[in-house]
Amino acid sequence: MSQELYTQLALAIIDGDEELAVSLTDQALALGLNPLDIINQGLTAGMDEVSGRFSCGEFFLPHLVMAGNAMKAALTRLEPALKAGGMVRESLGTVVLGTVAGDIHEIGKSLVATMLMANGFSVHDLGVDVPASQFVQAVRDTGADLLGLSALLTTTMSAQRKVIEELAEAGLRDRVKVMVGGAPVSAQWAQQIEADGYAEDAVGAVALARRLVGAAGD
Amino acid sequence: MTAMRPTLKLLDDALVERIIAGGFELLQDPGVKVHNRQGLALLADAGADVDLATGVAHIPSRLVEQSLRAAPSSFALYAADGTLAVRYAEDHVHFDPGSSAVNILDAGTGQHRRPTTADYVRYAQLTQVLPAYDAISTAFVCSDVVEGIGDLYRLYLSLLYSTKPVVTGAFGIDTLHVMVDLLVAEAGSLEALAARPRAVFDVCPSPPLLWSDLACQNLIDLARYAIPAQLVSMPLAGSTAPVTLVGALVQHTAESMSGVTIHQLANPGAPLVWGGAPAITDMRFGSTPMGAIETAMIDAAYAQVGQRLGLPTHAYLGSTDGKVIDAQAGFESGMSMLVGALAGINMISGAGMLDFLRAQSLEKLVVDAEIILMVKRLLRGVDSPDQDLGISLIRLVGHHGQFLGQKHTRDWFAHQQHIPSAVMDRGSLMAWQTSGAQDTAARARDRVRGLLASYQPRPLPGEVRRALRQITQRAARQFGMEHLPPLPEGAD
Repeated sequence: MSQELYTQLALAIIDGDEELAVSLTDQALALGLNPLDIINQGLTAGMDEVSGRFSCGEFFLPHLVMAGNAMKAALTRLEPALKAGGMVRESLGTVVLGTVAGDIHEIGKSLVATMLMANGFSVHDLGVDVPASQFVQAVRDTGADLLGLSALLTTTMSAQRKVIEELAEAGLRDRVKVMVGGAPVSAQWAQQIEADGYAEDAVGAVALARRLVGAAGD
Repeated sequence: MTAMRPTLKLLDDALVERIIAGGFELLQDPGVKVHNRQGLALLADAGADVDLATGVAHIPSRLVEQSLRAAPSSFALYAADGTLAVRYAEDHVHFDPGSSAVNILDAGTGQHRRPTTADYVRYAQLTQVLPAYDAISTAFVCSDVVEGIGDLYRLYLSLLYSTKPVVTGAFGIDTLHVMVDLLVAEAGSLEALAARPRAVFDVCPSPPLLWSDLACQNLIDLARYAIPAQLVSMPLAGSTAPVTLVGALVQHTAESMSGVTIHQLANPGAPLVWGGAPAITDMRFGSTPMGAIETAMIDAAYAQVGQRLGLPTHAYLGSTDGKVIDAQAGFESGMSMLVGALAGINMISGAGMLDFLRAQSLEKLVVDAEIILMVKRLLRGVDSPDQDLGISLIRLVGHHGQFLGQKHTRDWFAHQQHIPSAVMDRGSLMAWQTSGAQDTAARARDRVRGLLASYQPRPLPGEVRRALRQITQRAARQFGMEHLPPLPEGAD
């Protein structure tokens, strides 16, 4: 019975059906199913399928983002139960990311967030125009393994450097790997501001993230 | 809510009429020279003033007009399974590879060399699996068979490896009948073939205003078989026709009208196409560039004349005069196919061709397929699937700028956008570098390999396969070739 529900949940994720994913998650909770099983056998199973179909060119960005949104909504529903049970989601690593202060570009950053989530990372998306102090605080609070900083303007690139400097001042720099991205950003720039890596697009960001956390397969 | 169809017209109505009037005038004086007894007899019997000593026929306008009226305004070509695949009608636009090359660009060595049976099989398989091509053409002549069967051997291989309609042509008077035999062997009977023709045959008048014995006899025989004929008049502006584009157009009109007349006299109502392969003459080299913009202009303009006369149309576009798959190949092929499609030409032949139609290239075929699919997308125009043009959606998303996660995006992107193959590079710089920093030609080589691996043999009954082989073998023996080249494993 529960297996059938997990399958339906996975299918809802594959279809990018946010409403259905949420209502099935609620059903599963009402049945007293383990939140971690709901995630692993339902949500993640669906997301893995989406991710696989995207890699082989059968799915496209809209499928990926819709599935990501459905998964995010379902995870939000599960959070209280996870907390209450003192459970922690299995993941490749915890990522904090956002677009830096003064910059309100969202799409690239959100795509990276979705892709990372789709590939097994636990993602905290801080949104856009995020002050350096907020990044530092989030890294501290979540114990993040990775910090992603997006900047789409040449004028806001320097804010990436500022975040890295503030991380160092807070004594957190060694605890977290920093990856940077955005149209004007380059590998050279990443080196210059002593970030740990640079990726050109969302697909590249996943490969980079996996490498930085030492995940197998890269 | 249907989209406006984008079109290109180079002539105003008055000029179209003047060009047509010019065609009529030329057919009276100086008339058309016909090196064919049956053709002259048809014309003379119908009232043309024929000088048997010179072979010149002066054709009165009423005879031409009568023939133009008799010619059908549309017909269709059918795939091997009998499904309608090509509409020579209205503004339907189709593409097929260029035909009759003598060389192939060898992707391995980069050399232009004589092609063989193995090359042709690969070509036919590739064209079969590329959806951009609505028809296969008998693209090149195989050097490993006797010259006498060069034309029919291409058709034989095309029928074995492809189910698409065939754009072809005969190099001899007798071999046309063998080619018809091949088509009949597959169709079951001549009646079945004529009812659902699978092939159209190019027939080429010689500029200026001349019909060779071969071309004229092919034209008459095709009419009598009621198998579609495609008139391929090829005035070369500046060498075998006036250098003015309009002068070349008048000559094209006259040559094509004479073809319509002979054809319709032989069998009124038989299907035929107002086609061509004109070019300008490059005054530096004496070459006849197929990729020149003026060449494309002559094509688009004569198509307008053909459309005005109520006939299906064809043109030779999509070729390059360059020798490799480079920027020139891309932009000449792209520009000319775009011009032809916007002109509403029913069959645009020429993809894959390099070097003034002398060489075919499998790699160029996959590149040109990308162009074709983009051009076909353009022809679909800008439609309005949402009643409110998307206003409510834009309101719903608000200032968040996130349309990627909208169901609307997922539901419509594949309809609104043509998604290219991996021949096109739209990834990031880093992705390009890590995947080997390939250029278009290298990516095309990869795609050719991948597509050939995906080819599925066509189901063809053993007795049909044997009949096709016997007909071809018999023809080869007549030209002194005892054994046909072996076919790749599993095909004979």
